[in-house]
Amino acid sequence: MKEQLEKIKEEALKQIESSEALDRLNEIRVAYLGKKGELTSVLKGMKNVAPEDRPKVGQLVNEARELIEAKLEETRQALARKAREAQMKAEVIDVTLPARKANVGHRHPNTIALEELERIFVGMGYEVVEGPEIEYDEYNFTKLNIPENHPAKDEQDTFYINKEIVLRTQTSPVQARTMEKGKLPIRMISPGRVFRSDEVDATHSPSFHQVEGLVIDKNITFADLKGTLAEFARELFGEETRVKFRPHHFPFTEPSAEMDVSCFKCGGSGCRFCKGTGWIEILGCGMVHPHVFEMCGIDPETYTGFAFGVGLERIALLKYEIDDMRLLYENDIRFLRQF
Amino acid sequence: MNTALSWIKAYVPDLDVTPQEYTDAMTLSGTKVEGYECLDKNLEKIVVGRIDKIERHPDADKLIICQVNIGEESVQIVTGAPNVKEGDKVPVVLDGGKVAGGHDGGPLPEDGIKIKKGKLRGIESNGMMCSIEELGSSRDMYPLAPESGIYILPQDTPVGADAVEALGLHDAVFEYEITSNRVDCYSVVGIAREAAATFRKPFHPPVVTATGNTEDIHDYLKVSVEDTKLCPRYCARMVKNIKLAPSPEWMQRRLAASGIRPINNLVDITNYVMEEYGQPMHAYDYDLIAGHEIIVKCAEDGDTFQTLDGQVRNLDSTVLMINDGEKEVGIAGIMGGENSKITDDVKTMVFEAACFDGTNIRLSAKKIGLRTDASGKFEKGLDPNNAQAAIDRACQLVEELGAGEVVGGIIDIYPEKRTERRISFRPDQINRLLGTQIDRETMVGYFDRLELKVDEAADEVIAPTFRQDLERPADIAEEVARFFGYDNIPVTLPSGEATTGGLGYKLRVEQTAREIAEFCGFSESMTYSFESPKNFDRLRIGEDDVLRQAIQISNPLGEDFSIMRTTPLHGMLTSLSTNYNRRNKNVRLYELANIYLPKTLPLTELPDERMQFVLGAYGEVDFFDMKGLLEEFFDKVGMVKKPHYDSNAGKPWLHPGRQANVVYDNEVIGYLGEIHPEVADHYKIGERAYVAVLDMPALLPHTTYDRKYEGIAKYPSVTRDISMVVPKDISVGEIEDVIDVRGGRILESYHLFDLYEGAQILAGHKSVAYSITFRAKDRTLEDKEVNTVMEKILHGLRQMGIELRA
Repeated sequence: MKEQLEKIKEEALKQIESSEALDRLNEIRVAYLGKKGELTSVLKGMKNVAPEDRPKVGQLVNEARELIEAKLEETRQALARKAREAQMKAEVIDVTLPARKANVGHRHPNTIALEELERIFVGMGYEVVEGPEIEYDEYNFTKLNIPENHPAKDEQDTFYINKEIVLRTQTSPVQARTMEKGKLPIRMISPGRVFRSDEVDATHSPSFHQVEGLVIDKNITFADLKGTLAEFARELFGEETRVKFRPHHFPFTEPSAEMDVSCFKCGGSGCRFCKGTGWIEILGCGMVHPHVFEMCGIDPETYTGFAFGVGLERIALLKYEIDDMRLLYENDIRFLRQF
Repeated sequence: MNTALSWIKAYVPDLDVTPQEYTDAMTLSGTKVEGYECLDKNLEKIVVGRIDKIERHPDADKLIICQVNIGEESVQIVTGAPNVKEGDKVPVVLDGGKVAGGHDGGPLPEDGIKIKKGKLRGIESNGMMCSIEELGSSRDMYPLAPESGIYILPQDTPVGADAVEALGLHDAVFEYEITSNRVDCYSVVGIAREAAATFRKPFHPPVVTATGNTEDIHDYLKVSVEDTKLCPRYCARMVKNIKLAPSPEWMQRRLAASGIRPINNLVDITNYVMEEYGQPMHAYDYDLIAGHEIIVKCAEDGDTFQTLDGQVRNLDSTVLMINDGEKEVGIAGIMGGENSKITDDVKTMVFEAACFDGTNIRLSAKKIGLRTDASGKFEKGLDPNNAQAAIDRACQLVEELGAGEVVGGIIDIYPEKRTERRISFRPDQINRLLGTQIDRETMVGYFDRLELKVDEAADEVIAPTFRQDLERPADIAEEVARFFGYDNIPVTLPSGEATTGGLGYKLRVEQTAREIAEFCGFSESMTYSFESPKNFDRLRIGEDDVLRQAIQISNPLGEDFSIMRTTPLHGMLTSLSTNYNRRNKNVRLYELANIYLPKTLPLTELPDERMQFVLGAYGEVDFFDMKGLLEEFFDKVGMVKKPHYDSNAGKPWLHPGRQANVVYDNEVIGYLGEIHPEVADHYKIGERAYVAVLDMPALLPHTTYDRKYEGIAKYPSVTRDISMVVPKDISVGEIEDVIDVRGGRILESYHLFDLYEGAQILAGHKSVAYSITFRAKDRTLEDKEVNTVMEKILHGLRQMGIELRA
């Protein structure tokens, strides 16, 4: 009996070991452990065993069963692993085949530049305010200290609808409108379309975008203007950027300045991009002219403020090294795709 | 404005700076230098030589061999120049040196021309004698230079000396950008004053001495000014026994460096004084002035006048004229007349230095279409007190140059003398504005250099009349700031109340629109707000259509840019067309921009500016892609109700069978459709193109970013499919309306899963299949409940003439 069990066990293990497919393992299971299997028939033959030996034989049979089952499981796992490996090997792909893209669209470089500016100034607590593109002469000029017959109002520069209404030449009228509302302090930027009567060429467009900034509070100083715009320049053009303020003249600010930034291409050592000067002119700014305050009903003795204006196209052209302004309004998809 | 540094140095003799130092410092103190040109650029190893001996070249007729003494030694130079003779002193560039240009006076090479010794037809030549062109200059600057040949230096020039120095070419010409408020700096004296203040050097303006013979001009000439508002001051002086001649070299050189061609002593003097003092002057031939009388008054409407350039100009009663006893002889401040022009025969002349109203001159110049150097200066508003200084200076130069005999006295019509302005001076206020701590004495020091006086008792700054830009304390603060140095002002950030900042709600919705458009493959475009009225025809917009009520620009850049757009279509179609013509495939664009709808025409108040979200595409795209994008957008901006599509949109620019208004909450908020083939033809787009336009102001009230979590369904859903044969003219929208209305509370969703038209279907019909899903939030639905609702739906559909298939 014992020898018979031993023989069955050995035979079963041998067969399991030589199995190469999961199906074969099932057959083996049935052949040895199934209802009509060899091991089962040994149990069935138990009646011929002496009662005192029966527990012993039972134990032997169980040991054999456990051994076979364990071996079956082990082999099954091994075969399954092998099969998976074979499958994966068969499923190798060429990862260098082209990507399948969703073809997401592209934002206009002007908007990207604007969003940069908005991010910077909103972060400093500025509100983004809009105003009408077709504007009263009074807001576009008079309230900004550009009186009747000022050369800046010359028809050469301004598109007129009629004597009182113009296409705004700057987004500064939004400042006047905001000041008039009288809610102080003010920290705002006003981006938007502006219009000047310039023929189209590589550096001019009769329609372009400006971002004007205005800060009004008690104790705002020229030093604050410098600090704010220096911070802005670093955010926009990089930590290393230096700024330089030069005296200038604008009717609505006094003192006025133009701000240059160190050339972000050569770092200030001078290159073709900055025409060898190491500096690039970026914006105009100044302390709000007291007469502008008076016209908007703010007491210039109590409040001071600064204002600045940036040409969005100028930033976009510089930052993205676009060499012709006309590209911005052609909307050639091969241009837009680069942003 | 261009000026040689040597001219500035004439009034600031201690100025000792390099051109770059000058540029930087002047720019930072407010006189912006646009650029400069060094006259000694590329001039190296050039000395004064004396030609000791000239021999003929043995093998070349046109060459000569010169022995040139350059001080310590003598060099042999072979030249083809025809004008040299023994004993001449000439500029000589030695072996290894450089000259700026060729002898032909063409454009100067960037790095100059290197000179090396060599052999000319077998004879050694160890350098080159230079023409003025080779020295990078011109005969305008050096009128004594021969037309073609070597420049001959004066005999007293020391041999061996630096020839560039001897020629005065160690100089630079600066170009300034003067801001419109600094009228005084449109003059050499004005810039020199700024330079002296910037570099803290003494300023020595020209000293004008008394001039004139013992006669009195009043015995010769009578002047009257009828309109003293337009002509606040009129000065006249006279010169007789005129001797026309070239002006001296130094004057010609300064004028030429400023870009003014020297002509003769009289013309040059007026130009010189205009540059020096910023005061335009005019000269009349006294013998051509009828009645020896000058009257300043406006022209009459309809007058015509021939200016000295020979052109006939149309005048009106706003144009100020200079008249003699009989006729008009000049347009005040703009240009003199042909009839009183100075000719070479002039014997006696009248100098005019006047001050005219800047605005009037500007408007007149524009009206007449003639802008001159003089009008450009007058229109900035000149200081009347400068006029007499300038005319006296001119007479001084006439005497110095021996150009004539100055008649004694001056006629000066100046009824209302311009006086100095007093401005409150409060150093603490200035420091508060600038964020500085500059003491009073320092400020006063700056003022002193600028010729601003301080009335210590009254705490006032007294601004001279040439500083008309100084009006208020803020202007004084700027004077302090620019001489303290903008760079030296501290750098701080604003203190005070914190503000939150941020984008307005409208901008947020626009940002979502951008995101959705881009996710759907559309790229952002930008087009002009003004366009051609012809576009209405291109877009098949009817004659009576309200869209034709567009705002006109009164001074457009041309008809193509003459109206403010009332629809964003032209811009979009033009962009698509550009891409199509450039063979770009699958183009999808969007734009967010305003249209301008007038409330009345002509405009009496500001128009309605409506932001349009416009999308356009051709290529792999159809109506339903556009529709899908719109619905993605609605979803993102919280427009959760079902939009409706009304095919009766009536847009003439769209395909009549492929267009719809987008209706949300019973309000039309936009439209979409396929571009009408005729319109596509007009724009030369050779493929089917689609557009969608959303009117943002209409849509905005329906949007929200508020969201509430509704839970994820816990109970199972029940799905039923229905298949229908539908008469062709019934839209699936109508079927969906029935499902929506009759589906009740347990209707969760539905979707079209089959649509078929073809052979197996009854003619005039289509097969439509929907899958409808029901669910209750609080329980598992029973079949019975679903059956009841389905029955209602099916009943409704049958009523529409729809046949249900098994």
